[in-house]
Amino acid sequence: MEYVIEMLNIRKVFGNFVANDNITLQVKKGEIHALLGENGAGKSTLMNVLFGLYQPDGGEIRVNGQPVKIANPNVANDLGIGMVHQHFMLVDTFTVTENIILGSEPTKGGTIDIKRAEEQVRELSERYGLAVDPTAKISDISVGMQQRVEILKTLYRGAEILIFDEPTAVLTPQEIQELIQIMRALVREGKSIILITHKLKEIMEVCDRVTVIRRGKGIGTLNVSETNPNELASLMVGREVHFKTEKQPAQPGKEVLEIRDLVVKDARGVTVVDHLNLTVRAGEIVGIAGVDGNGQTELVEAITGLIKAESGSIKLNGNDIFNLSPRKIMEAGVGHIPQDRHKHGLVLDFPIGENMVLQTYYKEPYSKRGILNFKAIYEKARQLIAEFDVRTPDEYTQARALSGGNQQKAIIGREVDRNPDLLIAAQPTRGLDVGAIEFIHKRLIEQRDQGKAVLLVSFELDEVMNVSDRIAVIYEGKIVAIVDPKETTEQELGLLMAGSKRKEAGVSS
Amino acid sequence: MSSNRVTNFLVPVFAVLLGMLAGSIVMLVSGYDPIAGYSALVYGAFGDSYYIGETIRQATPYILAGLAVAFAFRTGLFNIGVEGQLIVGWLASVWVGVSFDLPKIIHLPLAILAAAAAGALWAFIPGFLKARFKVHEVIITIMMNYIALHVSNAVIRSVLSDKGFKSAKVHASASLQSEFLQSITDYSTLHYGIIVALIGAVVMWFLLEKTTKGYELRAVGFNQHASQYAGMNVPRNIILAMVISGAFAGVAGAMEGLGTFGNISVKAGFTGVGFDGIAVALLGSNNAFGIILSAFLFGALKVGALEMPSSADVPTELVDIVIALIIFFVASSYLIRLLLSRFQKEGK
Repeated sequence: MEYVIEMLNIRKVFGNFVANDNITLQVKKGEIHALLGENGAGKSTLMNVLFGLYQPDGGEIRVNGQPVKIANPNVANDLGIGMVHQHFMLVDTFTVTENIILGSEPTKGGTIDIKRAEEQVRELSERYGLAVDPTAKISDISVGMQQRVEILKTLYRGAEILIFDEPTAVLTPQEIQELIQIMRALVREGKSIILITHKLKEIMEVCDRVTVIRRGKGIGTLNVSETNPNELASLMVGREVHFKTEKQPAQPGKEVLEIRDLVVKDARGVTVVDHLNLTVRAGEIVGIAGVDGNGQTELVEAITGLIKAESGSIKLNGNDIFNLSPRKIMEAGVGHIPQDRHKHGLVLDFPIGENMVLQTYYKEPYSKRGILNFKAIYEKARQLIAEFDVRTPDEYTQARALSGGNQQKAIIGREVDRNPDLLIAAQPTRGLDVGAIEFIHKRLIEQRDQGKAVLLVSFELDEVMNVSDRIAVIYEGKIVAIVDPKETTEQELGLLMAGSKRKEAGVSS
Repeated sequence: MSSNRVTNFLVPVFAVLLGMLAGSIVMLVSGYDPIAGYSALVYGAFGDSYYIGETIRQATPYILAGLAVAFAFRTGLFNIGVEGQLIVGWLASVWVGVSFDLPKIIHLPLAILAAAAAGALWAFIPGFLKARFKVHEVIITIMMNYIALHVSNAVIRSVLSDKGFKSAKVHASASLQSEFLQSITDYSTLHYGIIVALIGAVVMWFLLEKTTKGYELRAVGFNQHASQYAGMNVPRNIILAMVISGAFAGVAGAMEGLGTFGNISVKAGFTGVGFDGIAVALLGSNNAFGIILSAFLFGALKVGALEMPSSADVPTELVDIVIALIIFFVASSYLIRLLLSRFQKEGK
C-alpha cells in the first residue's frame, strides 16, 4: 500500500475540449505532493474529478490501492479526501465552530451540541498548531484565519488526504510561512497533501514530489530534491522562462499623475489614506510596496473615482481629476486593472467578447444611434483575444468560464487597448502562473517604453522589485519612503513596509 | 449545447405533466373523474373558436405582466409591484379613454401611453428609493400595490363616476375592442391588445439585447461594482430599469381597461395578473419569446378551468387546486431539472 491516492490515465472531455488527457497522479502517504501547471492546464479539473465534482471519461482512481468510484463530494469525504478551496466557502455571520460543523452537526436531544463541537474544534486546532478561536465570528477574523477554518473543516470530517487549491494566493508573506508550518505539522501527523500551485518557490520549499501538467497532458513526476525552479518552469510552460524581466533603464518624462495631500476615509470613517503625496511620470513604472490594508486599495479607488476622497488634489497631465466620476476619469486617460477582477474587472455572466467593451460600449463603432454593433464588438474582441493570448473556446464564452489568468489577460488587453496615459495595475498577477506573470510584466514595461505612466500596486515584493523603476513604500496610508529598486534589498523594503516599531504578526488592527 | 436546449424545452413540459398528474390524484381522491376534468379543461381552452379567442385574450395581459417582471429580473431587480403598476395603468388608460374625444389614431396610442406612464411612475418610486437610499424594492413595491388598489378605487368612486362602482365605457376612439376579431371567434372578448402584447415582447427583446442602454442595464443587473468601474451610472440605471418594467405593467393594465372590460370597476382585491406575471416570467426563463408561450399556457389554464365545473362537475374550488398544482410544479421547475439530470446520468 505505497500510494494513498492513485489517479491513473484520467481523461476528462468537455465538448471538443480535452481538459485532462490521460493524466496520472500518484500520491504517497505522508508526503506533500505538488500539482504544477499553468492556468487552464487542467489542474482544477483533475482535482474536481478526485473530489467527485466531475466524473472522468476514462481512467481509474484508487484510494489505498482499492479502485473507487467517486460519484459526488460526499463519497470523497467518506474516503477521507478533503478540499481546501481557493475561494472559501464560509458563512460570514456564523462562528468558526458553526461553519466547521455545518452539514454534520453533533446533536444532543434534537439540538446542536455546540459545547462538544467547540471542544472538538479546539482539540483539532491545538493538535495541528492552527491557533483558531472556535467561538470567533468569520467576519471578524483575517483571511489567513479563514483559510485555517477551511482546513479544520476537512480535518473535522476525518480527511486523511487534503487538497489545497492555490492556498497562498490570498495570503500575506507571514501567513504563507505559517501555512507552510501547518502543512508540515499535518504530514507529521500522517496526513497526505496535494498542493495545487504554480508558485515554484513554494514547491521548492515544502513539497516532496511534484507532478507537472501542461495543456491537459501529464508531463511527469519529479522529486523536488532533484530539480530546480528553472527546470520546473520550462516543464510547465513548455519553453524557457525568464524570471528577471528584461528592461532598459527608464526615461521618465513629464509628470502625468500628481497626488497632493490626499486624504481618504473608509466606510467607517477611519482615515485610510493620510495626506499622501505621489508623482508618476511618463515613461516610468512606480511600484507601491506595502502590506495589504495600508491604504493601497483606497488610494487606487480614489484615483479612479470609485470612492470619493475627503480632501487633497489629484491631477492628470495637469488637469484636475479629483473626485470626478469614474467615466470622466477614464476618458481623461486613466486605465485601471482592478485588484479584484471578479468584483470590478468583469461582468462574469457576460460573454468575454462583451466584456472587452465594458467601458467603450457607448462609443462608435460599438454603438451607433443607441444600437449595439455586435459585429464591431466581437471583431474587437477577437483582435484582443488573439493579441493578448486569451485562451477561450470562443469570444461568446461567458467570462465566468475562463481561468483566472485568461480573465486577467482579457482585462489587461482591454485596458491597454484604450491607450491610457496612466495605467494603474493593482495586483495584476495575483493568482497567476509564471508564464502569465512574465507576459503581464512584459506588457507593463512595454507600456512604459511607449511613454505611458504606470502605477503598480502589489503585495508581492518580487514583482515590485522586478518591474518598478521607483518603489514607493506605503505604510498606514502614507508614502513613507521612495527607493530605487536597484539599490534596495527585500530586507530593507520589508522593514519599511512594517513601519518603524510595529510588527504584529499578520493581524491588521 | 443542444442537449441543454432540449432540457430547457423539456423542463416546462414535464412540469405541466407532473402538475396534471398531481391534479388527477386530487380529483380521484375527491371522487371526480380526472379524464373528464382534463378533457373539459382542454375543451374550455381550445375546443372551438370562441374558447381560443378567450384564451388569447387572457394571455394578453399575462404576456405584458410577464415582460414587466422579466425586465426587472434581467436587470437585477425583483418587481413584486407589477400588480399595482397594472392597476394604475388600467386606471390611467380608462381615464384618458373617457375624458377626451380625439381621432382614434391619436386617442388609442395616447391612452396606452398614459397607462405606460402611470405604471412607470408607480415603479419610479421604489426604483428611486432603492437607488438613492438602498431600500429594498420588494418591500416598497408590495406596499405600492395596496396604495394603487385603494387610490384607484377612490378615483373611480369620486372622479370617474358619481359615487358608483364603475367608470363609464371608454370612447370607441380609445377602444381596443374589435368586431372583426369577435366575429371570427364566435363573439369572444378577443381584442387588438394581443398585437400590443406581441409588440411589447419584441420591444423588450430589442431593448435588452440590441441597444446600448440594454447593455448597460444588463451589466448593472449582473454586477453593480463592475458597472461602476466601467463608468456607468448605477443608480440611474436602477431607476430606469424599474421605470421600464413599470411601463410594461401599466400597458398590461391598459389591455384590461381598453380591451377586455372597456372600463374600470371598484375592486375588492387584487386582479392577480401581476402576481401571476412572476410565474409567467419564471416559466418563460425571463426570455421574451418564452414569456409569450408561458403566458398562453397560463391563459389556457385560466380560461379552460371555467369549463370544468359545468362539463365535468368538478367544483370550482377543486379546479383552483388543480390549476394551482400545475402552476406549483411549473414554478418548482428546479426540482424537475434535478430529476432530469439524474435520469440523463443514469442513462449514460
